[in-house]
Amino acid sequence: MANGLLELGRHGVSFVRTIGGIFILLGRLIASLKELHRSLGLFVEQLYVLGVRSLPLIVIISIFVGAVSAWQAAYQFKFIGAPLRFLGQAVGKAVVIELAPVLSAIVFAGRVGAGITAEMGTMKVTEQIDALESMGISPVRYLVLPRVLACLFMVPFLVIFANFVAIVGALVVSIIGVQISSETFLYGFRDSFQLSDFVNGLIKAAVFGFIIGLVGCYQGFNTYGGAQGVGRATTASVVISTVLILIFNFVFAVILFRI
Amino acid sequence: MDTPLIQIENLCKSFDGHEVLSGVSIDIPRGDSIVVIGQSGCGKSVLIKHLIRLLEPDSGRVLFDGEDISRLKTGELTRLRQRFGMLFQSAALFDSLTVAENVGLGLKESRRHSAAEVEDIVSEKLDLVGLSDAADKSPAELSGGMRKRAGLARAIAASPDVLLYDEPTTGLDPVTGDMINQLIVDLREKLSVTSVAVTHDLTSAYRIADRIVMLYNGRVQFAGTPDEIKSSTDPVVKQFISGSATGPIQV
Ligand SMILES: Nc1ncnc2c1ncn2[C@@H]1O[C@H](COP(=O)(O)OP(=O)(O)OP(=O)(O)O)[C@@H](O)[C@H]1O
Ligand SMILES: [Mg+2]
Repeated sequence: MANGLLELGRHGVSFVRTIGGIFILLGRLIASLKELHRSLGLFVEQLYVLGVRSLPLIVIISIFVGAVSAWQAAYQFKFIGAPLRFLGQAVGKAVVIELAPVLSAIVFAGRVGAGITAEMGTMKVTEQIDALESMGISPVRYLVLPRVLACLFMVPFLVIFANFVAIVGALVVSIIGVQISSETFLYGFRDSFQLSDFVNGLIKAAVFGFIIGLVGCYQGFNTYGGAQGVGRATTASVVISTVLILIFNFVFAVILFRI
Repeated sequence: MDTPLIQIENLCKSFDGHEVLSGVSIDIPRGDSIVVIGQSGCGKSVLIKHLIRLLEPDSGRVLFDGEDISRLKTGELTRLRQRFGMLFQSAALFDSLTVAENVGLGLKESRRHSAAEVEDIVSEKLDLVGLSDAADKSPAELSGGMRKRAGLARAIAASPDVLLYDEPTTGLDPVTGDMINQLIVDLREKLSVTSVAVTHDLTSAYRIADRIVMLYNGRVQFAGTPDEIKSSTDPVVKQFISGSATGPIQV
């Protein structure tokens, strides 16, 4: 019992320390914004490396996210006896508000957040970050700023694709599996579509991207202990980003989507 | 006599309760070449990293030109670091860049040279370390000794006032090692740079040092010229330079 509490306390302390460290990095990141113009080239490079290359994966998961949401919605409609012609409304809202932003962000955290931490963690344990500092180059400006900004822009960009592809996936399932016409589905989708939902989804996505980039860099910077340490930091990066994404998502739900 | 360029005063540093440096004081006069020797794990790399504040001391100070470097603000620290060149023990090349880009990065980022000038300086420095052919290779394609030399080219690229070498000749064959020693001697004689080198290689130490400092148990055990160290009667020093397994030093 006492041991369990002690363990819990230790986790609590390390969690608070991590959050504190992330805020300190955030402060340094904001300070480095005045040298943004010097990092633009690196930023564009990161947009490509982190974002464009994630597109195929986002497309594949989005097809199936759309497909399963249409299927499950139809299943529940049947259960409560709701008319299937409202499928487009229900699926459209769910995809645009929640599924595309949250699932894209989580996939992005697994692919890109982990990649950022592994790269920066390796640079840390092989003294490359020390080497940058020894040359008077700020690692925050040179490494963190381009990556965090690239994530901030890329997640919303990917979510636009995810929305589109997921709706197509849902449409296909509706036609083939549920047997409603494409007109009925698309009419429902258009009927319930609100630009504000779409924009709010993208705002969430931008915040999620920012979290992924910042947590990824923080974990990379604080890596120690060789290859094993890099593995540990990478796992922690994905876990922390995912938890923060889901917490922030709930906060957004309460603030942006009033019941 | 004017104040030494770098003064290390009573430096103490521990990691997780394990004390590595327990009060090290060394004065490094302008234009001098200091070599730090000592057993593996005695804190030589830790010491050298304190000189450009890659590590912060637990107590004690490092003064550069009489100024405590722990007081420097971000911009001042950047300018201080730009006056140094450092060769890391592991070379620490940026593995996302080619060898030439590694050597040119500091020059490019300091924005004091045009792209063409950077290119010229890079090929000149690569030539000096005998790596002209490897300019476009990635660090992963280099041998250990080639990486060391690339790291050296990067350290000297911006013509720094002070050079820090962490084991410049370890892992090199004797001929290449001697070429590097000669390069270090030339840099001091022709450009009068101040240098601090860490090494196990005593041949190299005798060759490049004005003064040798030996660390032992977290303190300075000996400081003197190469001739003085060779004639030292201190049993610890004698054991170390004769490379004998028996004596006061326990491994
Ligand atoms: N970042 C660090 N965190 C924890 N311990 C460290 C760190 N850096 C160095 N140490 C410890 O400090 C001690 C001295 O390390 P250092 O690298 O300075 O040795 P060294 O004299 O350079 O040895 P070598 O000749 O083998 O390179 C070692 O016991 C090492 O474990
Ligand atoms: Mg060392």
